[in-house]
Amino acid sequence: MAGHEHKLEIFRGLWKFKSNVQKIWGVLAFLTFVTAIEVVLGIIKPESLMASFFGMKLLNWIFIILTIVKAYYITWDFMHMRDEVKALRRVVVWTSIFLICYLVFILLQEGGYVESVYSSGYVKRDF
Amino acid sequence: MDNTVVSTGTEGNTWGGGSTKPLSASYGKMMMWFFIVSDALTFSGFLAAYGFSRFKFIDYWPIADEVFTHFPFLHGVDAPMYYVAFMTFVLIMSSVTMVLAVDAGHQMNKTKVTWYMFFTIIGGIIFVGSQAWEWNTFIKGDYGAVQTKGGNILQFGEYVAAEDGTQKFKRIALRDFTTAEAKNRVRHENKNGLWYVSEDELPSYTIDEVYKGLASHSNILVRTQLIDENGHKTVLSRAESLKAIKDNGVAVIEGANLKANEYGSPLFADFFFFITGFHGFHVLSGVIINIIIFFNVIIGTYERRKSYEMVEKVGLYWHFVDLVWVFVFTFFYLV
Repeated sequence: MAGHEHKLEIFRGLWKFKSNVQKIWGVLAFLTFVTAIEVVLGIIKPESLMASFFGMKLLNWIFIILTIVKAYYITWDFMHMRDEVKALRRVVVWTSIFLICYLVFILLQEGGYVESVYSSGYVKRDF
Repeated sequence: MDNTVVSTGTEGNTWGGGSTKPLSASYGKMMMWFFIVSDALTFSGFLAAYGFSRFKFIDYWPIADEVFTHFPFLHGVDAPMYYVAFMTFVLIMSSVTMVLAVDAGHQMNKTKVTWYMFFTIIGGIIFVGSQAWEWNTFIKGDYGAVQTKGGNILQFGEYVAAEDGTQKFKRIALRDFTTAEAKNRVRHENKNGLWYVSEDELPSYTIDEVYKGLASHSNILVRTQLIDENGHKTVLSRAESLKAIKDNGVAVIEGANLKANEYGSPLFADFFFFITGFHGFHVLSGVIINIIIFFNVIIGTYERRKSYEMVEKVGLYWHFVDLVWVFVFTFFYLV
């Protein structure tokens, strides 16, 4: 049908589908799989992933990366971003990514600073 | 004429207002995308503010899977995260039925669109209902705690031997070791006191009763909010426990409200209510919009319009709500 062509492969062509409906179920299977990994990791919390890496626990980095992976497939396949023109994709995605990264950096940096004021003992809070 | 009118050389092309639409998207879809970008920034603002508060109290923040341990109809079973995992799955599933409805719309298949829209609405209702249950459990609380002068939370528990022989700290509820005594203090309501003053329901126990209960049960220890290097909350010794409650305890906290909660930092409950509430409000409006579109599908509006694009647009919104939940799930329950 004109105007409704879908790109029918995910994972850069590694997984090809015959129809759009099939692709939807495939993406659901993948998202469920990723969520299951998150829940299992969240419940057992393996000791080996508790090591600190770049200011955060390794496990938390894994959670955040898996979340972004899920967000990518929801946007690309459920919201059909994969089928939009490159310009629309960039307008939406890069604007958000830039502003969100900026906001998160500023706020987390400041939160860490306030924490350091507390923990250096200038403000009593354990009473 | 050629001297006054500038010819841009783009006539007939996109920039010249030619046949193709800007960004090859219809007006409605593009506006929905712009709305989504701005809403995404709103949610990021909230989540980043949550991150700020959490980094500020990084050693004091509640541990999520000690807070959300309940599952409907399973009382007393420690089931961390299973229910939110279920909720996440429900929302992803309703996203799938939504995208199937969009796909059926492309094929102009009215029956299929109707059914898939119906399932999407049901999924949304299950999700909102689950969230209401989650809020209710959170507000009611489970164990109860004592608030200190400094606004910190002290919780209670005892060491029990786990199966592998190690000592594990198990929480104990206030009701299991505290006895309420007869008291004269009654709740101040505006109908029987100053008409412009009222107060919340009084807690079941006073701080003195909690202290007596603690003193008479030698197995019970106090746990503070401070997280040690192993990621566990610090448990005080018996002597320290008694001293902490006697010297610093000022109020008994049961459950959660915007001022205090038994789980830890007041900000934790504030952000929980605000962010999951704002998201729940999005789901609720999504359900309502979906219902409107659902009836439009039934009465054949889009059939006559020869395009189901409206389903696609509301679908974009619905997927966005799902997308936000994926992040809320991560930052409230996992990280």
